[in-house]
Amino acid sequence: MKSAMPWNNDTAGSMRQMSTLQRFFHIDGTLLTGLLLLALCGLVVLYSAFDGGFEEVQKQAVRLTVAFGAMVVIAQIPPSSLRRWSPWAYGLGVLMLVAVLLVGDIGKGAQRWLDLGVIRFQPSELMKLALPMMVAWYFSERPLPPRWTHVVICGVIIVAPVALITLQPDLGTSILIGAAGFFVLYMAGLRWRYIFGAIIAAIPVGAAMWFFGMHDYQRQRVLTFLNPESDPLGAGYHIIQSKIALGSGGLFGKGWLNGTQSHLQFLPERHTDFVFAVLGEEFGLMGALQILALYLFVIGRGLYIAVNAQDTYSRLLAGSISLTFFVYVFVNMGMVSGLLPVVGVPLPLISYGGTSLVTLMAGFGILMSIHTHRKLWSS
Amino acid sequence: MLLLVFAGLATALLWRALDLQVLNEDFLQQQGAARYLRVVEMPAHRGAITDRHGQPLAISSPVDSVWANPGELLASGESLAPLARLLGLDAAALHRRLEQRASREFVYIKRHVTPELGEQVQSLGLPGVALQREYRRFYPAGEVAAHVVGFTNVDDIGQEGMELAYDDWLRGDPGAKRVVKDRLGRIIDDVESLREPKPGEALTLSIDRRLQYLAYRELKTAVTEHGARAAALVMLDAQTGEVLAMVNQPAYNPNNRAEISGGRYRNRAVTDSFEPASTLKPFAVLAALESGAYGPDSIINTSPGVMRVDGHTVRDPRDYGRIDVATVIEKSSNVGVARMALNIEADAIWGLLLRLGLGAPTGTTFPGEAGGSISGMPPRSSIDRAALAYGYGVAVTPLQLAQAYTVLAADGIKRPVSFLKLDQAPVGERILDAQSVRRVRGMMEAVVSDTGTASRAQIPGYRVAGKTGTAKKAVAGGYSDNRYVALFAGMAPASAPRLVLVVVVDEPVEDYYGGKVAAPIFAKVMGGALRLLNVPPDDVSSLQHALATRRDA
Repeated sequence: MKSAMPWNNDTAGSMRQMSTLQRFFHIDGTLLTGLLLLALCGLVVLYSAFDGGFEEVQKQAVRLTVAFGAMVVIAQIPPSSLRRWSPWAYGLGVLMLVAVLLVGDIGKGAQRWLDLGVIRFQPSELMKLALPMMVAWYFSERPLPPRWTHVVICGVIIVAPVALITLQPDLGTSILIGAAGFFVLYMAGLRWRYIFGAIIAAIPVGAAMWFFGMHDYQRQRVLTFLNPESDPLGAGYHIIQSKIALGSGGLFGKGWLNGTQSHLQFLPERHTDFVFAVLGEEFGLMGALQILALYLFVIGRGLYIAVNAQDTYSRLLAGSISLTFFVYVFVNMGMVSGLLPVVGVPLPLISYGGTSLVTLMAGFGILMSIHTHRKLWSS
Repeated sequence: MLLLVFAGLATALLWRALDLQVLNEDFLQQQGAARYLRVVEMPAHRGAITDRHGQPLAISSPVDSVWANPGELLASGESLAPLARLLGLDAAALHRRLEQRASREFVYIKRHVTPELGEQVQSLGLPGVALQREYRRFYPAGEVAAHVVGFTNVDDIGQEGMELAYDDWLRGDPGAKRVVKDRLGRIIDDVESLREPKPGEALTLSIDRRLQYLAYRELKTAVTEHGARAAALVMLDAQTGEVLAMVNQPAYNPNNRAEISGGRYRNRAVTDSFEPASTLKPFAVLAALESGAYGPDSIINTSPGVMRVDGHTVRDPRDYGRIDVATVIEKSSNVGVARMALNIEADAIWGLLLRLGLGAPTGTTFPGEAGGSISGMPPRSSIDRAALAYGYGVAVTPLQLAQAYTVLAADGIKRPVSFLKLDQAPVGERILDAQSVRRVRGMMEAVVSDTGTASRAQIPGYRVAGKTGTAKKAVAGGYSDNRYVALFAGMAPASAPRLVLVVVVDEPVEDYYGGKVAAPIFAKVMGGALRLLNVPPDDVSSLQHALATRRDA
């Protein structure tokens, strides 16, 4: 249990020489390589998912360029500035989430968008970064491991935006944001006994809800959510089609542009949430493993940056961003392969779409900033 | 600890990928194939129906039928308006119809549209809307040959006439092929052909479209002119028994199925029977000649033109006095044939009618063919014997009557009737003595003479033999006094008959004598047919006479 933070007092990595790229442009070459490779794979898969639609691939390339640009810009901001802005960003985020519930635009049955006149904006995207920043800021000035009262206050900080996003309703995003906040809390030294305690306390509450607090149709919905295959034409349709796509790919796949499930339009959302199924069908187990390896490489680099961070704020934030990234990947792949219920989470860097991409890359910008703004003691 | 958890999660993902992509690969590939591989039926081309010279009477042409999966179409939220506009449907009604059938997976939106229109529908790209290739039947001859040819239903299955009688022959076997279909049911790719569709066979009818048209035109004109309820006409080839023309009124247009209703599509020439009245007299005379009790020169006393039989009165229009057998036919004397019938064997006439095949279908297998009716026992009472002689107490169809007259035309040889073109005349069966038949035919020529009952049946240039008939219609409890069937049955050229023609007009208004109503139709149709078939005239003198009169006029 004590080994929860093996990197806690380790600053050895900072002793090494920084490259020119790191020193002057504040870019981490290793991380950039991993990200670029993923983006490239994404474009290749999207080309197939769009039935050879070059236009859409171009659009996505433009979005990727913008997102990488945002990453570069964020990377120039030193962590100390980020730390100072954290409470303000968090406050603004919560305000906008409230505003969305009051005056937000409705798209696809949920209120997620805020029309700022010039651009439409999704405040939950801001919150993806603002929440871990806020929690990291909160713990950076308090003794670690945190006291019980601090944990409760931190819980409120996390639950407020998560609840607001759940009300939109956007369950997928709220889980991800909750996870991001929780990771900071955990890395700050939350004891496992609290976690187990919470889980054990949740069981009777959940059971009571199930038996006394829910209507039959609500119970049915929960069951379908947990076991979508009981409803093959409704909720289970997505997952059945995507499992077929993945499975029929076999070891080496059917070949690029040759997937039947995707090209014959059986696979729903094949450009966005279910793009991994297209990849699995056309490139097989080998292709899926390669992508997984690339993701693990990026996450590993993120964790390495966290370990080598020089202050508590940076370390907590970098760790949270890396682990949240892992959760993104895991939730999406788990959903597509039928391990997890279907929640709308895109596959980072590969799924078609722009908004979450910018947030994601901004997160990597923060990682780079943390890594390249270290003070070097020996050079 | 946390790292362990994450490593565990990553391992779970890996294991899942391995499980799906390697261990369950076969099952899932099969599941995929089950979703996109489909076996679809390929409709077979239905065989064409032509007349005896290869002129098309019924042909199939490819069309598309638009269908939809209502649930999918409605769920897409796409507007139905463009589709409805394209197909000429009411958008709101279409929406209602789809909603009512939302639980089904296949609903026709519109059947049998042109392939061009089908393409336009496809290009709308509505989800859940697809086309089905079908064949639609077209009838180039329209009303003219409707009753003989019949028609198919929207599923290309014969419903009436020859389309029904030879449905198996015409239909062929649908093929099957395996295709790749996408989620919207569109065929993306043909994988393999499982079974080639076997097109149906073509059918060549004995009908001659030119004669058919001629007969149709004349019969329709006459029915309109006489305000008749219905009419039927049958023309047979005297040598082979082939049906050369068969028309009925009222008729219908088989290309417009909305019109097909009620009695319009009944082929009365084979389905309806009636009492043939005087058209049966030549057979009564034949029976009398056969019996030996009468010769061609025998004299029959018909005075005073009225005769009491079993308390019933047999009546002639006037007193013909003492007349020979030929005059009995020429004047159509009821008293004359009744007297002859009572003087010969009780079952002579009845037996002869049975030999002609009356009372049983002709064996053409035409759908709905009636056999007419005749008593199963020889008539016992005198009135029944007398009535049979002048054509009551027996019912025949126009086709049966025509077949019976063909026996007269073929010197006593009976041949089966055929709706299909024959390569050679079928071997017939002699049922009457040739010399007697020729003699009676000679008497029937007198009917068409200027003094006979059917002078209106004359055709310049040809000798015609025939017999009129005017039947009172049987009604409940007896015979009607004001509802008649006007008949004429005859053949030409009388010296060596080529064609036999029967005309039946049901309930003409005002004029109702066969000689006045049916005989003129006979003359027009028979005259036109002889000329169309290039039959050499056998009565040049009358032709010259006719030409001379025309010059004088």
